[in-house]
Amino acid sequence: MHKLLTDQPGLEMLLLGNEAIARGALEAGVAFASTYPGTPSSEISLNFFQISKECNLYFEYSTNEKVALEVAAAAANSGVRSMCIMKHVGMNVAADTLMTLAYVGVKAGLVILTADDPFMFSSQNEQDNRYYGKLSGLPIIEPSSVSEAKEMTAAAFALSEKLKEPVILRTTTRINHSTAAVKLSDIGQRKPAGDFQKDPFNLVTVPAVSRKLHVKLLENISKAEELSNTSEYNFIEGSGEWGIICNGVSRNYVLDAISDLAIKDKIKVLRIGFSHPMPGKIIKSFLEGCSKVLIAEEGEPFMEEAVKAFAQEAGLTLPIAGKGKSLFSRLYEFDPAMVRKTIADFFGISYTQKKSVETADIPEIPQRPPNLCAGCSHRAAFYAIKQATKGMETIYPTDIGCYTLGFLPPLSMGDFLICMGSSVGTSCGFSQVTDKKVIALIGDSTFFHSGVSGLINAVFNNHDFTLVILDNRTTAMTGHQPNPGVDMKELSYDGYNQISIETLVKALGVQHVSVIRPYNIKKSITAIREAIEFKGVSVIIAQEKCSLYAKSLKQLRGKAFFVSDKCKNHKDCINELACPAFFIEEEKVGINPSLCVGCAVCAQICPEHAILPLKNKD
Amino acid sequence: METKRLIIVAVGGQGNLLASKVLGEAALLSGVPVRMSEIHGMAQRGGVVESAIIFGDAESTIISDGEADLLVSFEPSETLRALKRCNSNTVVITNLSPLPPFTVAIGKGTYPDLSEAQKLIRKKTARLIAFDAVKLAAEAGNVMAVNMALVGALIQTGIIPLSAENVKTAIRTRTKKTFVDINLKAFDFGYKAAEKEN
Repeated sequence: MHKLLTDQPGLEMLLLGNEAIARGALEAGVAFASTYPGTPSSEISLNFFQISKECNLYFEYSTNEKVALEVAAAAANSGVRSMCIMKHVGMNVAADTLMTLAYVGVKAGLVILTADDPFMFSSQNEQDNRYYGKLSGLPIIEPSSVSEAKEMTAAAFALSEKLKEPVILRTTTRINHSTAAVKLSDIGQRKPAGDFQKDPFNLVTVPAVSRKLHVKLLENISKAEELSNTSEYNFIEGSGEWGIICNGVSRNYVLDAISDLAIKDKIKVLRIGFSHPMPGKIIKSFLEGCSKVLIAEEGEPFMEEAVKAFAQEAGLTLPIAGKGKSLFSRLYEFDPAMVRKTIADFFGISYTQKKSVETADIPEIPQRPPNLCAGCSHRAAFYAIKQATKGMETIYPTDIGCYTLGFLPPLSMGDFLICMGSSVGTSCGFSQVTDKKVIALIGDSTFFHSGVSGLINAVFNNHDFTLVILDNRTTAMTGHQPNPGVDMKELSYDGYNQISIETLVKALGVQHVSVIRPYNIKKSITAIREAIEFKGVSVIIAQEKCSLYAKSLKQLRGKAFFVSDKCKNHKDCINELACPAFFIEEEKVGINPSLCVGCAVCAQICPEHAILPLKNKD
Repeated sequence: METKRLIIVAVGGQGNLLASKVLGEAALLSGVPVRMSEIHGMAQRGGVVESAIIFGDAESTIISDGEADLLVSFEPSETLRALKRCNSNTVVITNLSPLPPFTVAIGKGTYPDLSEAQKLIRKKTARLIAFDAVKLAAEAGNVMAVNMALVGALIQTGIIPLSAENVKTAIRTRTKKTFVDINLKAFDFGYKAAEKEN
């Protein structure tokens, strides 16, 4: 049985934040969940996926976040408690749905989880998704700890049903990827079957209906504000004339700082856990008792702006500060020492900071950059593209996935990247305004997510570029989640269909489509050359299973290679491929047999044919 | 309860997340408050994996530079890289068996001299416990048990409030059945190695 289905109320379990969130949803009786995977939210979905195979919870990996939210919105409008999970930038994709779903509302609880990523541990930006609450008018709740993440997830469903609106549950990486003891409660009753009642004058958002629905949304925001003002998640700890207002993980750093600085009797803390709408009444009364207030929030001055506006309404002129020079930064994530220092500086408390050891005399430590795995098919495809385009002026718009790592030397494949799917759209523009040959790079899952719409645009507008779909048969970057091109039978799952990228691309009207096996370097180069010469949109599908995925499916059949004494030390293998299975010992190249997966790409490019299967070694 | 802050650094695949899990479970068994966080985005791709574990009374799940009471490192060059997390009172435990980054393997970087590195660390911190954990793991029966050898050394220091018995119980319940005996052996070997380093 899945550990999150453990039916022992009161049991304390060590859970990852993402596990606690999944458990909280189960305790609230979630019966339907959809997602597009994205770090730091991925483990919530992974747990739901596993759990859905053991009970009547419905779960799906949708093609993108917009679709995922629409799928969940329909379930929730049919009376089924639903959850939709995404990383922060996924909310941008889902935003079109989100904004008007707020007008329509829900019949059963719908919780939308957005996992923000301050410091961008694994993201392209560090946008603060609390503004989506303000933009859409939807309530936002934010936990400060792992155990609270479980409680709040469960409570979010009740809140959603009370307001008949979706609720945004906003986390940050340090909630999702922290672990702590969590006390289990009862698992809720799941009702996976729903019913839809026709009500077109409230559910079909033509202008006349939406004008009415917007009025309803504003009324709901007022109701939500009342709930925020009485919410147990907005609470004051301690007493004193100094005040700190904080949210999320900032609260932990603030409390530790207060204890380190021994100022417990001088300071009170308002923790905001229900952060949209902001609890005006609580904030005004908190401010009235303070001589000075500091606002501790990662990201943008979301609370600070609101608090200052409430102070103005209440005619209060006390100093209120948050973001600014020698205060908190809008950049990156907070840490305990930084929060302690800012509090000490702001309230004028002297203390001695623990000093890091002197590191100036430490020898330079070699970098350990992430690298494409040994035998990664992307490396083979990149090498073939490089050979096929030798001497040409090229632009390589790239996309989001493992292959993004190809932008590093020596492969140096990747010139422009904005977001999921952007390789294809930007290629349309680059090819239109420059004379350079444009070759777009995208993975299979990202192609399904949002690359395909760019390709439709390219065909219709007759752009001239080559799209290389790096089809490694899985969503590798986030941990091998299924996507519409995955063979689910291989994973022993029934009830799915598989979409052929080749058939899809041909159906879109792409006139030049070829499928290559990137491990076959010579044939790949020829096919890429032909594609590049084609005038118009051409597509190359580079098909080879991710070697880690193949290994997990026990399909890795390649045998390790070694460098024989025919080697004349050209080092083309290392310099052009940089496969992590290589090493240099006594000036000679060697191959680590425990890392080598036997892709044989290096063997094909060695000018002396010195790289041979290990089994041929005497 | 007094707060103790532990940072564990390793290279992806060395098993530091399992080490954290065992320590977390042992804390739960011992009734010691525990909070942990980890950054492992690039673990599968040869990057550095870092865990922070905070025992005792604290709310934070991360540890600022200079504020680790303990640093456990699975790889000697990563010990040096993580040294900014330590202060003069920090106890450092390091594996001495190098796992050179790919940049070094292909001749595009120099791996630091290990005896020089140990001298530096000894000079800057309260105590250094350094041994070849890969060798101990191999002696215990599997090189993958490096993590348990280092956990053994960590428990020997007595700095974190966990008994060897509770950690061993966690090893028995939280690591794969086929590896339990090897893991327990590696734990003991690491514990003894730290005693010798005293």
